[in-house]
Amino acid sequence: MTKWQSARLIETRDETPSARTLVFDVPGWPGHLAGQHVDVRLTAEDGYTARRSYSLATTQGVELTVQRLEDGEVSPYLTQVMEPDDQLEIRGPVGGWFVWRPDDPAPVLLVAGGAGIVPLMAMIRTRRVAGVATPFQLIYSLRSPEQLYYADELRKPDPGVEASLVYTRVRNSRLTAADLPGPGPDCFVCGPTGFVEAAADLLVGLGHDPARVKTERFGASS
Amino acid sequence: MNHVDGNAMAGPLSEIFAVDLSKASGTCASCGLVGPVAGLRVYGPDPGLVARCPGCDEVVMRLVRGPETAWLDLRGAVSLRIPLGP
Repeated sequence: MTKWQSARLIETRDETPSARTLVFDVPGWPGHLAGQHVDVRLTAEDGYTARRSYSLATTQGVELTVQRLEDGEVSPYLTQVMEPDDQLEIRGPVGGWFVWRPDDPAPVLLVAGGAGIVPLMAMIRTRRVAGVATPFQLIYSLRSPEQLYYADELRKPDPGVEASLVYTRVRNSRLTAADLPGPGPDCFVCGPTGFVEAAADLLVGLGHDPARVKTERFGASS
Repeated sequence: MNHVDGNAMAGPLSEIFAVDLSKASGTCASCGLVGPVAGLRVYGPDPGLVARCPGCDEVVMRLVRGPETAWLDLRGAVSLRIPLGP
């Protein structure tokens, strides 16, 4: 059984004007797989608690990248208020379905909508650390270049990782079937619910086997 | 209401079960669709999590957490096939 445990913030990195990465120290952390997430719990002085799920951005330690939602309850605290040495509670790692293992040789297609890049970036980083040559293709749909997470890593992707950035506000069109490759790879799709359902439908329409299209939805778009 | 999916049930279910139930494969009692718990449409979190079948939208699973008790209603699932590893 997974228990809540205390996590201490040790470092932050701004990814965009509205998103930041938080690096935590969690004593006794057991390690995790690329694609897994944690539940985060904040408790106010009056005992009120709020809980959210966030994907882990790497398998090298406990790092979350959080997008600030202007009407949010938890994300403004995580992105603007929380400082190093502050603590919160974490439960995890959890989720064993939306995961990629570096010993799986099958080619991989990653489809990200906005902040859905986070667990997919964990897969790209895990591939790099493991030193495997598994072919990866990333299709990252986002509104505009200012919203790009992990810009330094994605503008110069690793050998064997093909990254396409689709700026939907710039070209004034959502993701379409023409942006996506045909069947063959194992597919991981993550983003807001509407994006994930549309992208998964496009993939199945292109002939991808639904059993090889894994999805993770995180609710409303920001 | 905007839903998420059964990946979000992994944490709450981990409080109860020693194995990861989100990757278990369930059979819907209403339409017979077989698929992972992670693929269910999940509404919530308050007053509890309601997981619906992506095929027929019937309720497969409900999980309500009280201060000292968890209620798990599985009447919408015929069975769960739970991978246990080697």
